[in-house]
Amino acid sequence: MALLRVDNMTHYFGGLRAVHNYNLILEPGHIVGLIGPNGAGKTTIFNLISGIHTPTEGNIELEGHNLIGRHPHEIAGMGLGRTFQNLLLWRHMTVLEHVKMACYSQLEYGIWGAFFGSRFCHQEEKRLTAKAMHLLETFDVAHFSSQLAVSLPYGAQRRVEMARAMATNPKVLFLDEPTAGMTPDELNRMISIIRKIHEDFDVAIFLIEHRLKFVMELCERIQTLVFGEVIAEGTPEETKNNPHVIEAYLGSEDLH
Amino acid sequence: MDIPDHISQLHKKGFKARLQGFVTTVPLIGWFLGFLGAVLVEYSLGDLISYYLGLPKIPVLFGLLSVLKKPLLIPGTIGYLILVYGLPILLIVKSLQKPANKLAGFLDKRPVTVAALVHLGLFYGALHLWADMSDYRLLVLKLTMIAVMLTLSINVINGYMGEFSCSHPGFMALGAYTASTITLLLFANDKQFGDALLPEALGLYFFPLALIAGGIAAALGALVIAIPSFRTRGDYLAIISLAFLFIVKSLIENLEFVGGPRGMSSQPHYSTLPMVFIVMVLCIWIINNFVRSTMGKALNAVRDNELAAEAMTVNTRKTKIITFMFGAFWAGVAGGLFAHVLRYVNPGSFGIQRLAEILAMVYFGGLNSVTGSIVGAVSINILSEALRPLEIYKWIIIPLLLILVMLFRPTGLIAFTEFKPKELMKPRQQLGEE
Repeated sequence: MALLRVDNMTHYFGGLRAVHNYNLILEPGHIVGLIGPNGAGKTTIFNLISGIHTPTEGNIELEGHNLIGRHPHEIAGMGLGRTFQNLLLWRHMTVLEHVKMACYSQLEYGIWGAFFGSRFCHQEEKRLTAKAMHLLETFDVAHFSSQLAVSLPYGAQRRVEMARAMATNPKVLFLDEPTAGMTPDELNRMISIIRKIHEDFDVAIFLIEHRLKFVMELCERIQTLVFGEVIAEGTPEETKNNPHVIEAYLGSEDLH
Repeated sequence: MDIPDHISQLHKKGFKARLQGFVTTVPLIGWFLGFLGAVLVEYSLGDLISYYLGLPKIPVLFGLLSVLKKPLLIPGTIGYLILVYGLPILLIVKSLQKPANKLAGFLDKRPVTVAALVHLGLFYGALHLWADMSDYRLLVLKLTMIAVMLTLSINVINGYMGEFSCSHPGFMALGAYTASTITLLLFANDKQFGDALLPEALGLYFFPLALIAGGIAAALGALVIAIPSFRTRGDYLAIISLAFLFIVKSLIENLEFVGGPRGMSSQPHYSTLPMVFIVMVLCIWIINNFVRSTMGKALNAVRDNELAAEAMTVNTRKTKIITFMFGAFWAGVAGGLFAHVLRYVNPGSFGIQRLAEILAMVYFGGLNSVTGSIVGAVSINILSEALRPLEIYKWIIIPLLLILVMLFRPTGLIAFTEFKPKELMKPRQQLGEE
């Protein structure tokens, strides 16, 4: 059974058809890429699957559970972690608090425990701190743990956001342009980080990317989206040689 | 280790650095002891000292009241403050520096509850004596403590969660009226509800329950604000919550059985100083526990970016409902205490004026900060009492001060800090060190 399955998803923003008949099957442990020119609807697809928008038509299942109509926090709690294109970090929170916050659905203590500072609540907080520190070490940002996340260098902010997404214990990780605004050095580092996450955490990854080098190197399968429709799907080699893709996407790059 | 640095600074620099070095090496309990000593001096010698300094009576609020009325009393008042507060505090703090640090070190090893109780007991003792010297002081002190609760509870909504809610006086009114109705109905012979239904002796024990009932009434009212807050933020929510405030006010004005616009009076004398103090401490403790837990940090996540909070498994709706109800609960409890301090409530005391005061205190003190709320509530409240002789000019000075704070510290005096009781109470000097 597929881990994540999207069938015939269509979405309209008013009269604009943003996504048309979109299908996706994500098997456990796979890395799938979604490419396409600006405004093709890539982020919309992410937002539809993670519950920020509800699709006009179609069906989405995570491990056989229907996701349509659920709140984003429920979907996230079911095992769909994500990052954002423009790094939605919390302005007044430290790096450690960011990662602990993402464990919200794993909190065992109730509201009364939080009010009265029960012993159990303190134990839980300690457990979460340990877990969060471990994650921060994995992403090599542990030394920033007590700093405000927004004050870090850009690359470190990206890694904090990834650590935060991993703290939700995802089975599927959605990465929305993880290398946007990165230097080539940082890009290579990001490739190795994503490989590491993929191996260490046994998580399926679905990513949006602009840089073809990155997608070609990481993904097993690539979907090409143009004007809300998938025009090609296949291995990196197939995608690279597909005439439709070259016309719609790579072709425009050749003009430079 | 920064201690050697610190010591060397002490030798190098002049008086200011030495004073700073001295101040930072006194633990909190040392200051409490100093304050207690000063109050004892005032208690035993206050009348005598003020007589010799030519003051008509002991300066009630640190002399500000009488000085503003009669500027000629300035030298006498300053002398009084130095003799009664300045010198004793300095002497006691200086001579007890080492024992106080030892005591703080001893308490530091005990559970934090024990240490907190010792500190609070000492502080309460000093406050009790201080307030014992004048009824006016007692009233100001009680109202200040209630203001601390109000400021802290609105900070949870406006500061920690960043929703601009204007309905706090409404929550306060709900609490005040619910608690008053219960105590008047059950324990007082009054013209509104007739004879007491239960023996009056039980009243003081039932009072906390009446306060909780008031808090729950306010929390239920908060649901009305919480639900629109799912969809609207910022200005729109401010307008909705302002509307709620007016609805509550005119509702009470038109309910004849709680006295309508005349209000209710002759509440039993239950809001004693220990009662108000204990409730305030509970309020600070519970709110501080909550905002420091990961569950409470969810408020910050909702404020800073709601979309990211949702994507990181935070149930933002539940968080908003809980926060509004929680903040409103404490406003209701504070309202209940308020009604029993003044022993009179009318709808007029829960209007825009009250809202302006509460907002001034929270924005002056600092958003997202327990310490800031305490500082803001105490300073604005004491200031507005102390500047009373200036009459209308008071309402020029306080807003002016607020503008200055907003200019130089846009988020308030002490914003975005964590209140850590354990850090606050720990010894400030290594044992065995000079």
